[in-house]
Amino acid sequence: MSDLTSGALTEAVYYILLSLIEPCHGYGIMQHVEKLSNGRVRLAAGTLYGAINSLLEKNWVKALDNPSDSRKKDYQITDLGYRALNSEINRLKELYNNGLSIIKENKYEENNL
Amino acid sequence: MKKTIYKLYWAWQFDKEEKWLNECSAKGLHLCDVGVFRYTFEEGNPGAYSHKLELLENWPSHPESVAYIRFLEDTGVEMVGSILRWVYFRKKTVDGQFDLFSDIDSRIKHLNRILMLFIPLMIVEFVIGTINVFFSRTLNQSVGTINILLGFVFVYGIYVINKKKQKLKKERMIYE
Repeated sequence: MSDLTSGALTEAVYYILLSLIEPCHGYGIMQHVEKLSNGRVRLAAGTLYGAINSLLEKNWVKALDNPSDSRKKDYQITDLGYRALNSEINRLKELYNNGLSIIKENKYEENNL
Repeated sequence: MKKTIYKLYWAWQFDKEEKWLNECSAKGLHLCDVGVFRYTFEEGNPGAYSHKLELLENWPSHPESVAYIRFLEDTGVEMVGSILRWVYFRKKTVDGQFDLFSDIDSRIKHLNRILMLFIPLMIVEFVIGTINVFFSRTLNQSVGTINILLGFVFVYGIYVINKKKQKLKKERMIYE
């Protein structure tokens, strides 16, 4: 599974996967991501649709039947998607820690912020 | 009351067309039907809608397009009309900002789709134009000249779309 550890996820994919820990439909994902990022990340519907289809193809998310509304499809993360999400969080941790420690060493923070 | 306006926008000016439709909506004219060069508006509350145009991968009646349009509808987007594979969408401005694409990759993908429409059309116009002008005895030469001119119009369209694409690609070196 080399593709699980290589490469960075896009911001859209990362937040979509995070939103799909619980089953959710398309519009719900958009709202969830916006709330989660304090309004910074606004997924557009066309981009979201393309991303969901790619994730379905990769088997990182699966489509569920929505019992209350057969038209609205619910999606949920798969085990494979969950693993990808975890390895991305580890990658982000590395980026974050490296950034923080180098910036602190240089005292850049105090001089310029 | 309905109002019809005739206006020409080339397909590569789709962003200008969106802007114009938004300006019309700001004046209280809301697009309710589209045809070739023809826009039909309904009067309503000024600024009620914002608009986006998209060249779909398939015809609007194709199951994949139907599924896509349905997905958009669930997010508060309405399809106003279509010309061939071009679809006119609108969203109520009170429901927030309207964008179809929120990252560089999906914008590039859309531009590629437009290029893949123009390139074959350009080739067809040049081939038919050349046949008409140089090899046909029966067909009028002016028909061939029009074909060749149209071919150059598509060359221009390809140039415009490609310029937009290159700009996005440069940005993607840094951002997503």
